Amino acid sequence: MATQNIKHALFCAFITLLISFPILGLNLESAGTTLELTGADSATIVAILVAAIVVFLFQTFRDSILTAAGKMPKLNRWSDRQPMPQEKRLKLENLFMTLIMISALIWPFIVSRGSVDLSTLVLIYVMLALGLNVVVGLAGLLDLGYVAFYAVGAYTFALLSQYLGVSFWIALPAGALLAALFGLALGFPVLRLRGDYLAIVTLGFGEIIRILLNNWTSLTGGPNGIGGIPDPTLFGMEFGRRIKEEGNISFHDFFGIPYDSTHKIIFLYLIALVLAFISFLAIRRLMSMPVGRSWEALREDEIAARSLGLSRTGVKLSAFTIGAFFAGFAGTVFASKQGFISPESFVFLESAIVLAIVVLGGMGSQVGVILAAIAVTILPELAREFSEYRMLIFGAAMVLMMVWRPQGLMPMRRVHINLQKQE
Amino acid sequence: MLEVRNLSMRFGGLLAVDQVSLNVQEHEIVSIIGPNGAGKTTVFNCMSGFYAPTGGEILFQGREIQGTPDYKISRLGLVRTFQHVRLFNKMTVVENLLVAQHRHLNTNLLSGLIKTPNYREREQKSLDRAAYWLDRVGLLELANREAGNLAYGQQRRLEIARCMVTEPQLLMLDEPAAGLNPAETRELNQLIISLKEDYRVSVVLIEHDMSLVMEISDRINVINQGKPLASGTPDEIRHNDDVIKAYLGEA
Repeated sequence: MATQNIKHALFCAFITLLISFPILGLNLESAGTTLELTGADSATIVAILVAAIVVFLFQTFRDSILTAAGKMPKLNRWSDRQPMPQEKRLKLENLFMTLIMISALIWPFIVSRGSVDLSTLVLIYVMLALGLNVVVGLAGLLDLGYVAFYAVGAYTFALLSQYLGVSFWIALPAGALLAALFGLALGFPVLRLRGDYLAIVTLGFGEIIRILLNNWTSLTGGPNGIGGIPDPTLFGMEFGRRIKEEGNISFHDFFGIPYDSTHKIIFLYLIALVLAFISFLAIRRLMSMPVGRSWEALREDEIAARSLGLSRTGVKLSAFTIGAFFAGFAGTVFASKQGFISPESFVFLESAIVLAIVVLGGMGSQVGVILAAIAVTILPELAREFSEYRMLIFGAAMVLMMVWRPQGLMPMRRVHINLQKQE
Repeated sequence: MLEVRNLSMRFGGLLAVDQVSLNVQEHEIVSIIGPNGAGKTTVFNCMSGFYAPTGGEILFQGREIQGTPDYKISRLGLVRTFQHVRLFNKMTVVENLLVAQHRHLNTNLLSGLIKTPNYREREQKSLDRAAYWLDRVGLLELANREAGNLAYGQQRRLEIARCMVTEPQLLMLDEPAAGLNPAETRELNQLIISLKEDYRVSVVLIEHDMSLVMEISDRINVINQGKPLASGTPDEIRHNDDVIKAYLGEA
């Protein structure tokens, strides 16, 4: 037992050295036109050795350490309590949501411009994650090309405004509907596919859209992207310093206040907030409707669902279409926020991040997904001071999360339905 | 109401079902029995639309239904259970019953999103129907449990209740007594008879439990190695020499 532990510990320490020494202990420095390989300073070397020793010690005494840790008082005192009754929980949840909404409304007026901008991005991710939650969490269809619908929404607005001068408020439903149409189009070829095969096809679909946008230079400008996307207007009032369109009036002139560039940022934030809230409510309602239940039924057992008269075609297509619809929303807001879009914003990594949000939050759970969207978007920003290690921290956080709480931050809970006895 | 004529199903070189005929009258319990691998479940799969048969006809209320997609057949009122229980495990018991009633529900998205009175009324009706059937199979107290957490016998009953809320005309049960203890089998026995007597459905049954089959069947069809062997009332089957041979082997 003991010798085996030591063997194992030696192996772990060796792996630690093997991984960390080339990464941290060797540096490439440019000397004139060539690169030179230099060793790191002695402090780093010592740190690496100390890390290896710590790993060694932990692995040697792992059993006793873990038993001791198990005997420590519980961090979460509530972990053993009874689940609270549904009514109380719903009340608490509603109260919680109202509080969040109120603070979210006050938020942009008390924080810095950069924070508001980041919050808008968070809300865009919330919308994306809520939409993908329908496809992956509820219907159980693993979609790795979700970013394609986001791109369709964004490009719809960009192209419509560039070629036809269409405003944000018309492009918003247009972008969402066109994205939904693309969702429908993707749905047809993948009707018979499940699991891995479905993931591969959706992955391909995402790439097709991105490559198309990249290469159709005459329409989309290719890698140069599209700029000059207009900001949204409030009842025809523009937020710029000068009016771009004849007949419009600017926001600061109308209210007789001095021009401030944060007005626009706050306005965009509020639009994103309202849209995210609408998405939340709409999907919550859908979940308790026949269509939502049939998504879940299809996820649980496709054969049983079909034997009860649910058409696989209808259920899958509705999940793809509705999921894509909300991605279209998010895309339009994104285009308006950035003012410039290019295919580079819609790479596979985006799909992966949104998927990570859904999995971290807890498949099918809306509140969980919202929390995860906030965490995943803000964490890399908070970790910015660690510069090159921030993605490492992000990755480690995700691994730990999946080890300790594989069901997600807030797993989905079943709705309790009261029945009356029938005679 | 259901007539199967010369049904054949070929998988490549294997003729799993060969010229099987079957007919079911209104309010009748018909059993299909046969040794393991005789092709009973394949007959079921053809009838419920999971397979398109390679030969023969299936008439349901005078309509040819062979080759029709499974979900359409079940909407016609021909609903089945499975040899291995297939519930929606992560959904609650009552949700399982609600899913089954979707063809009765107004599935229009908008009316659901704004909760029109019509939508509420239908939703309430399907809840009531679910409550009625849960009470009927003794699962009302467990309505909000996850279906996957029920005991096996309860899952079996839930599966039957889930079929019954769709208000079928013909119910196809694939080995409903498999894995049940004698007491549970007796309850099931009474439940199936009551489905026929009180709810006026016809039942087609695949079962290995001979006491159950002999007690409740109006007629029995025996299949052996894909071919029809005998058919008749329980008494006739009990004394049929071919059947005894097939089950016990040649003496």
